[in-house]
Amino acid sequence: MSYTSEDRRKELEKYFDQKGPFALLRVAQMKRAWKQSNRRELTWWESTYIPTVASGLWLTSKHFFRNLTLHILHLFGLYKDIPAAVTYQYPEQPRPLAKRLRTRHRLMKREDGSPRCVACMMCETVCPARCIEITAAEHPDPNIEKYPAEFVLDLGKCVYCGFCVEVCPEDAIRMDTGRLDIAEYSRQSMIYDKKRLMEDVQQ
Amino acid sequence: MDIIIKLILGCGTIGVMFGVAGLLTWVERKQSAVMQDRIGANRAKIFGFKAMGLFHAIADVLKMLSKEEFIPQGANKFLFNLAPYLSVVFALVGFAAIPFGDRLILGDRVIELQAANINVALLFIFAMMSMGVYGVVLAGFSSNNNYAFLGGMRGAAQMIAYEITMGAAIMGVIMVFNTLDLQLLVRGQGEYLFGWLPKWGVFVQPLAFLLFFTAATAETKRIPFDLPEGESEIIGYFVEYSGMKFGMFFLADLVETVLVAALMTTLFFGGWQVIYLMPDGFHFPWGATIALSHITVVILGVLAFFMKLSFFIWLLMAIRWTLPRFRYDQLMKLGWKILLPTSLINIAVTAVVIILLN
Repeated sequence: MSYTSEDRRKELEKYFDQKGPFALLRVAQMKRAWKQSNRRELTWWESTYIPTVASGLWLTSKHFFRNLTLHILHLFGLYKDIPAAVTYQYPEQPRPLAKRLRTRHRLMKREDGSPRCVACMMCETVCPARCIEITAAEHPDPNIEKYPAEFVLDLGKCVYCGFCVEVCPEDAIRMDTGRLDIAEYSRQSMIYDKKRLMEDVQQ
Repeated sequence: MDIIIKLILGCGTIGVMFGVAGLLTWVERKQSAVMQDRIGANRAKIFGFKAMGLFHAIADVLKMLSKEEFIPQGANKFLFNLAPYLSVVFALVGFAAIPFGDRLILGDRVIELQAANINVALLFIFAMMSMGVYGVVLAGFSSNNNYAFLGGMRGAAQMIAYEITMGAAIMGVIMVFNTLDLQLLVRGQGEYLFGWLPKWGVFVQPLAFLLFFTAATAETKRIPFDLPEGESEIIGYFVEYSGMKFGMFFLADLVETVLVAALMTTLFFGGWQVIYLMPDGFHFPWGATIALSHITVVILGVLAFFMKLSFFIWLLMAIRWTLPRFRYDQLMKLGWKILLPTSLINIAVTAVVIILLN
């Protein structure tokens, strides 16, 4: 009796049910065993490598000639809507980002332009990288208790986990600027203060 | 005057082939990109002109020339410096014997479009290709690095194994056309079987072509036969080389690719022969004729040679970017147990058929 894919499925289910130590390792072992038991001798024609080489060349050549034709047509301004390559020419042509991708932070503003943050220190507390540092001060408006006199965020330390956004009770910090290419010449300039975090960003 | 013509032909051949090999760095990048749905190198520009990334070849050479040439401690300096030159020179010298056109008659002067008219051209080319092994072995031996040494040994073993198959594979072609002179061999391929099928090597010796193609791909030391090099994983004979010396090994591979493509064109695809083109114009098997002047016919021949050459370069590149690398035991098994016996059988069968036909 040989080891079939049905057997393999059952074995896998068993291991996942048990979830004992090294379950994943055992799964890898099962996979290897299955592969080995299903290995067969190559036929004479296959052992010449000709059919596989030919089919591989056929596949790559198909792509080659399709893309080449499209590239040439694009030169003449034809069929521009059919892309010849999947490449994004990055700095000039940024990749479309998912709506909820976590990118560089920004501080939200009230209508008068002051930060919406109330310096509750939730984000500073929850931050696993400890990259946020808030200095609280008393707000002149009695309805608002505090405001951040300083809000320093070190992007060199930030791990982009988004906990600060989730924990914020005032929706004062968001990670939706769409800025991914944060590169600077010094660690110092990676540290963003309140002013830089509140700058309007083109999205 | 003869010397000047020879000089022009020689320099022209070497120059063109070197240029083609240099261009191949660009071709390789672009072709692989197009095959893999990418765009490929297109950033280098001079005065705002990108020229589809053609300047990347120049940029690469400039980069390599300006890099530090590091010689490892304990290396044999003389051999270390000699090895890359051996690789390139022996690959380039082979082109001398390859005919790229019919004889050109200017006034009363007859010029064979071939840098060196050697009557054992085939032997010469094979000798030069075998000498290429020395570059590999010396590079591995003189680097004072065990990885490089093992790479060099792998290279030697591989090239010897496939050299034999290559020699045995073309034996059939030599027997059919009865010559070692490549110009005569190409002329011989201008005949027609049954009045319409060109008597190209590939039609009279299809098996030999397949064997030669495989062995020649192995000779270029490129994927799928890149065990001597294997830059990223198994580490090859030129680990210790940097700067332009590394560049020369790289170039030697590309030059060998061109040489192998040229050999395949010459031996199996009629060299400069254009189908149905006689010295005085086209003679189609259905009786139609188009008269052409001597110069036109020669130019068409040269063009045909370069067209075929480009096709084979394309094919070799496509193979390089399609197949994964062989395992070492697979490589040796393929060379000694499959290709060599098959090529010997091919020789025997060819010999019997030739005797029976006579």
